[in-house]
Amino acid sequence: MIAPQELIERITRAADYEDCIVIVESKTQANLRWASSTLTTNGVIAEQSVTVIAFVALPGGMATGSVTRTNIELDEIADVAKAAGMAARAAGVAEDQAPLLTNKEVGDWGAAHIATGPEVFKTFAPHLGEVFQKSQADAIELFGYAEHTHTTTWVGSKGGLRLRHDQPSGRLEMTGKSHDRARSTWEGRATRDFSDVDLAGVDAGIRQRLEWQARTSHLDAGRYQTVAPSGVMADMLAYLLWTSPGRDAADGRSVFAKTGEVGKTRIGETLAKLPINIFSNPSYKGLECNPFNVAAYSSPYGSVFDNGLPQEQWDFVKDGKLNSLLTPRATSEATGIPYGMGGDNVIMTVPGGSGEMESLIASVKNGLLLTTVWYVRMVDPVTSLLTGLTRDGVYQVKDGEVVGAVNNFRWNESPVELLGRISAAGSTEITATREVEDLSRTAAPAVIFEDFNMSTVSQAN
Amino acid sequence: MTHQVDPDFLALPLQAVSDAAIQSGLSLGASHVDVRIERIRTGVLHLRDTNPETQTDESVSGVGVRVIVNGAWGFASSPEISTAKAAELAKVAVAMAITSGPLSTEKIALAPEPIYASKTWVSHYEIDPFDVTGEEKIARLADLNAQLLKSEIVSNATAFSMFVKEQKHYADSYGTSTTQQRVRMQTAIEAFHVSDKGFESMRTLAQPAGFGWEWMGNSAWNWDEEIAELPSLLAEKVAAPSIEAGRYDLLIHPSNLWLTIHESIGHATELDRALGYEANYAGTSFATVDNLGKLQYGSSLMNVTGDRLTPHGLSTVGYDDEGVEAQRWDIIKDGVLVGYQLDRRIAARGGRERSNGCAFADSPSHVPIQRMPNVSLQPNPDGPDLAGLIASVEDGIFIKGDNSWSIDMQRYNFQFTGQQFHRIKNGELVGQVKDVAYQATTTDFWRSMKAVGGPSTYVLGGAFNCGKAQPGQIAAVSHGCPAAVFDKVNVLNTVAEAGK
Repeated sequence: MIAPQELIERITRAADYEDCIVIVESKTQANLRWASSTLTTNGVIAEQSVTVIAFVALPGGMATGSVTRTNIELDEIADVAKAAGMAARAAGVAEDQAPLLTNKEVGDWGAAHIATGPEVFKTFAPHLGEVFQKSQADAIELFGYAEHTHTTTWVGSKGGLRLRHDQPSGRLEMTGKSHDRARSTWEGRATRDFSDVDLAGVDAGIRQRLEWQARTSHLDAGRYQTVAPSGVMADMLAYLLWTSPGRDAADGRSVFAKTGEVGKTRIGETLAKLPINIFSNPSYKGLECNPFNVAAYSSPYGSVFDNGLPQEQWDFVKDGKLNSLLTPRATSEATGIPYGMGGDNVIMTVPGGSGEMESLIASVKNGLLLTTVWYVRMVDPVTSLLTGLTRDGVYQVKDGEVVGAVNNFRWNESPVELLGRISAAGSTEITATREVEDLSRTAAPAVIFEDFNMSTVSQAN
Repeated sequence: MTHQVDPDFLALPLQAVSDAAIQSGLSLGASHVDVRIERIRTGVLHLRDTNPETQTDESVSGVGVRVIVNGAWGFASSPEISTAKAAELAKVAVAMAITSGPLSTEKIALAPEPIYASKTWVSHYEIDPFDVTGEEKIARLADLNAQLLKSEIVSNATAFSMFVKEQKHYADSYGTSTTQQRVRMQTAIEAFHVSDKGFESMRTLAQPAGFGWEWMGNSAWNWDEEIAELPSLLAEKVAAPSIEAGRYDLLIHPSNLWLTIHESIGHATELDRALGYEANYAGTSFATVDNLGKLQYGSSLMNVTGDRLTPHGLSTVGYDDEGVEAQRWDIIKDGVLVGYQLDRRIAARGGRERSNGCAFADSPSHVPIQRMPNVSLQPNPDGPDLAGLIASVEDGIFIKGDNSWSIDMQRYNFQFTGQQFHRIKNGELVGQVKDVAYQATTTDFWRSMKAVGGPSTYVLGGAFNCGKAQPGQIAAVSHGCPAAVFDKVNVLNTVAEAGK
């Protein structure tokens, strides 16, 4: 296979149109999966994608089109460059056209991809084996997944972009079940290299939660004061972000469109009682990520014309107010919404929030404690109403203490509305989502939601 | 039209690469080696009004090698298709299996399957979507959107089209070798009405299926007719009253019911889930093995089959990703659970003599796992047509088109919405309502099925994006079904659920 840097040089030279951006992503991954305390699958994966984006001048403006291939051999370069140009001409003048960034360098362009592999689990795997043995002895079944990935991204262009970023990421998930699977709980960890994964802590957390489920009672559906761990808040943040394109809001087709004034947005409107901040920042400690924009294709979330622009802090919600929406430069010019581009992480902070989740539990007189949420889907985009399930254990809290487990629920809630019903928050911590695995770099506090709508009881455990 | 596998895929060193991996794996002590060489090309077009907003044309290719050593799996993959790399991948996979051994108490065994040497299979399609120019595709979608935008009620229109060509060469150390090519299409057009009161939308009912670009003509699906009707349906929805929450008889059209089948039957009858293999991620199933042959899943009108044979089915193949020939079998018979979906490992673990051919991997980078076949509710041979079903409902709602879906991790509690909700009173349609979601427990719902439509109501629905496993995999799957009537199902008002 041709080295990514050489591939980029050759493709951009072969591109006979105004500009050409080539994005090469090399990815290596090692993973382990287990069920009933035995490994079930594993893998050592290598992947590569080469995206060629053509920018072709047409009467009326610039057109763009792209093709992506796993690998491109020397004798295929001219054809791929031509195919991208044809895609651009077919698409016609682009609505999102904006001046392309040129002559910029970031990162060690010439260095090779540093592959990860099974050696990343050198310490973790033996510990996992010990935890398996211990669980079998105690009639606990463990189910889970560990994954470590290295991704290197090169962005090069005819116009002189030479940008490179290396991204390590990893996650550990562990479900524990006992008593003929009548009890079930989960722990998740995000990590960059598995050196910081406290497997003993994960095991202890699972055992504590399974013990909490020794006493289980039925609870009817209804609205409850609910303590949500940071991971639940992170899953909710994902849905907030997915509804955040400025274009949709300007068209009036989003929860962030201003009702009654088509074309206007809710930017500036207070969403939360607490001074909540939701933002991305590529240099956030522990969640470091790409410092420049990468878009293999245009969509309401980003534009290929914005490739390479610096990724700085993007304040989505600031001091409890909607501050910005995802808005490429061209959309900004067309709609008047300020330019805003989110990065590869998301962080929520609540000034004044402090302490662990336990301190929030201690403040609840009569409510619920969640572990995770699951199968979350949009029901009504007008209000951003979501539906989902509770999973991995719901606990009843009375007078500041967990008194036992209750049944799972189907819930119906809007994350936008929920921001306004956060009454307390802990300190922000790096956390792991349960369902939205793509959002692998998140930090959020545990929070208390007032009047969380548990719509019906689920029999699942 | 019967196509051949594309010559440029056959020109790859398929046999040499798979032989190299198999020989390397066997020489290093593997008792089983299987190899997949794949190329999957996916195109996406998204138009906002008549302008392209998103365009992609992506091809993923590579080699995946899986081995069993001393009863433990090992897997490795690479984007490089060469004999040297294949031999190296087998070596990495063997090393992975040896490392995994101490952590694996389950000794992997595979249910036996006859050997199929040098078999070729191609799905039924007429026009390769990648042979159609970008200009032509965009023009067709833009034309459909433009028709919608002529209506005053339509403020915006979006068009989404996705087309896939999947080429796969499989070979294993028993001697099976298959080469297959499948094509599938999905298109959805959505009209929006925006006003100072908010917005409302309505999407086409056309279902994804194993067709080529001919799908976008008017022969397999009448796009022009559906687009012509959409503005008036949207206008009626905009003006419709909000549903009063409560229990209603539901007449569910196949364009909605396919998704309920997918979630509450399809996933619930995967044996790997029932055994716990997906417990950390996709979940388990209430339909555990002790229920086989006993569980009254639904009413006696309920007959559900699994297959990988249905023409134009999204899960239809000649052979699965473990070299098992495509089959058809019963999952629910006269309302009773009688069958599961299996791959070779799960079949052996479950004491079955043979897999029913449900192994699938969505890319060369992922291991094959048990994935869903076409799971379909059979029509009542003597059942009524749609008019007859409507006439049978005294006080209910006729639901068409899928929208939101969610179900719990044991496949008990589900909630679905739709595109169109037509009120039925005294056997007649009396206009649309809106803000409807229906919520039920799987077995309560299927046991309440009191009428099943005849063959004239049968439609093949489906999805491209069924998710399962870690690392995450997606699969395309079809679900055929007739329209059917369900007794007194819990209906929610979604505006009230939002606390408005």
